[in-house]
Amino acid sequence: MSPRRPRPRLLALAPVLALVLPLAGCGGSGDSGDGTGGRQITVLAAASLTGTFTDLAHRFEREHPGVQVKLAFDSSATLAQQAVGGAPADVLATADTTTMDSAKAALAAAPQDFATNTMVMVAPASNPAGLTGFEDIENPQVTYVACVPTAPCGKVAQALLQDNHVTTKPASLEVDVKSVLAKVTSDEADAGFVYRTDAVAARDRVVSFAVPHAQDEVTTYPIAPLTQSEDADLANAFVDLVLSDTGQQVLHDAGFAKP
Amino acid sequence: MPASPSPETTRPDRGGGATGQLGRPPLVLVVPAALAAALLVVPLVTLVLATPWGSFVAQLGTRAVRDALRLTVLASLTTVVACLLLGTPLAWLLARVDFPGRSVLRAAVAVPLVLPPVVAGVALTTALGRSGVLGSLLRAATGVTIPYTTTAVVIAHTFVSMPFYVLAVEGALRASGERYDVVAATLGADRWTTFRRVTLPLALPGVLAGAVLAWARSLGEFGATITFAGNFPGTTQTMPSLIYQELQADPEVAKTLSMILLVVSLGVLAALRNRWLTAP
Repeated sequence: MSPRRPRPRLLALAPVLALVLPLAGCGGSGDSGDGTGGRQITVLAAASLTGTFTDLAHRFEREHPGVQVKLAFDSSATLAQQAVGGAPADVLATADTTTMDSAKAALAAAPQDFATNTMVMVAPASNPAGLTGFEDIENPQVTYVACVPTAPCGKVAQALLQDNHVTTKPASLEVDVKSVLAKVTSDEADAGFVYRTDAVAARDRVVSFAVPHAQDEVTTYPIAPLTQSEDADLANAFVDLVLSDTGQQVLHDAGFAKP
Repeated sequence: MPASPSPETTRPDRGGGATGQLGRPPLVLVVPAALAAALLVVPLVTLVLATPWGSFVAQLGTRAVRDALRLTVLASLTTVVACLLLGTPLAWLLARVDFPGRSVLRAAVAVPLVLPPVVAGVALTTALGRSGVLGSLLRAATGVTIPYTTTAVVIAHTFVSMPFYVLAVEGALRASGERYDVVAATLGADRWTTFRRVTLPLALPGVLAGAVLAWARSLGEFGATITFAGNFPGTTQTMPSLIYQELQADPEVAKTLSMILLVVSLGVLAALRNRWLTAP
């Protein structure tokens, strides 16, 4: 017999290596960031904090050279679950106290309230349905969207619709407030219920209308460091920045109120 | 047709034929095969173990679940019908008719396969949304809007499922060859009769396989649906949307709902097992 050719065997091994090597890599990198020596923290924040926390993260990186802040924005409920599930993160900021409570097991310190928000009704800048005020959503021709009641923004919207005895139903229940705003700014809905801060961030792409009883349904934003944090000092420093005068000013400019 | 190439042709003892004579399966194949099998099977087993079975029947009876299940079944079956009616002619066109731009069209048909479903939803919105290119024309002409309706769900599902169907059927059409079509033509059959009486019956296994693939893709559709059609109980909320929503509220309920969807899928696969699960 001719000697066995080794090459096909090595080739056959390639896919195995391709599969196994990254796996081995995953196991090692999970506990020490990206391993380049720079420190980094990950902040899980409610979708409605996207603008302000991006700004604050940049400030934090300027104040702490060599530190990188990673931000993950999502529905508060999803983030709280990820935190409890042990997601590699250092700080959690949610859009209501209920979701923060649901993450209690993962909190390294008691959550502190840092901002409040109220709900407004927004319409696309072109106002295709010709809305003049909140009461117009009673018109069955008006297509409006809100968050799912499982998300904090949906809970508030649902309560407000009940407080105002609205009988028409939303066309869709979006998974988070960003999706609601997107439906409105893209003209796919005549109206939507978003936080005041979202309306401020959307600037001239939307027109806002006050919602009666909105002051009765104020959402409070708590923040807390997480037990799985690898760098508790940095995590606490970020929480302090949010609570500081600088942080409060950034939040105020975006339309948040003080708790 | 060329003789089927066989990987064993270099073996001197091929005449023996029995698998036993090929020796032990090499570890270099067995280990990755076991890994692949474990990756596919273990999460399903753990889902079964994690399901709170005590509340299974109670969950099945809730309004939200019944609505979502009804809508999922309705949407996936309508999607299959849409694929059969629209996808079969397209597959035939791609396999049998030589026209300029055929390869471009075939590539375009395959694009939704690799498109992230959310992108598919955004694309559909730009075309058929209230302010989309076609959607705004439709709205101006008739006052009808597509988003937030069950029709939108079916359109989204058909968009993502059609490529699976078309590629499966086109493959079957090519495999069965054009010879029988030519024979039918020489016997006087026109092209429609040939398609109906000769081409389609020959491609039937491919049509079935494509229909099952399209149905399965539709059953799990989430991203394009929630982006384009929205999410409202009874009209646009399918099982995957409901599962995602419940995952935010109560993960235990989400596990039960996932189990329900798994049971339904397995039920249909079991019904088709003679065609699908047994090796050819």
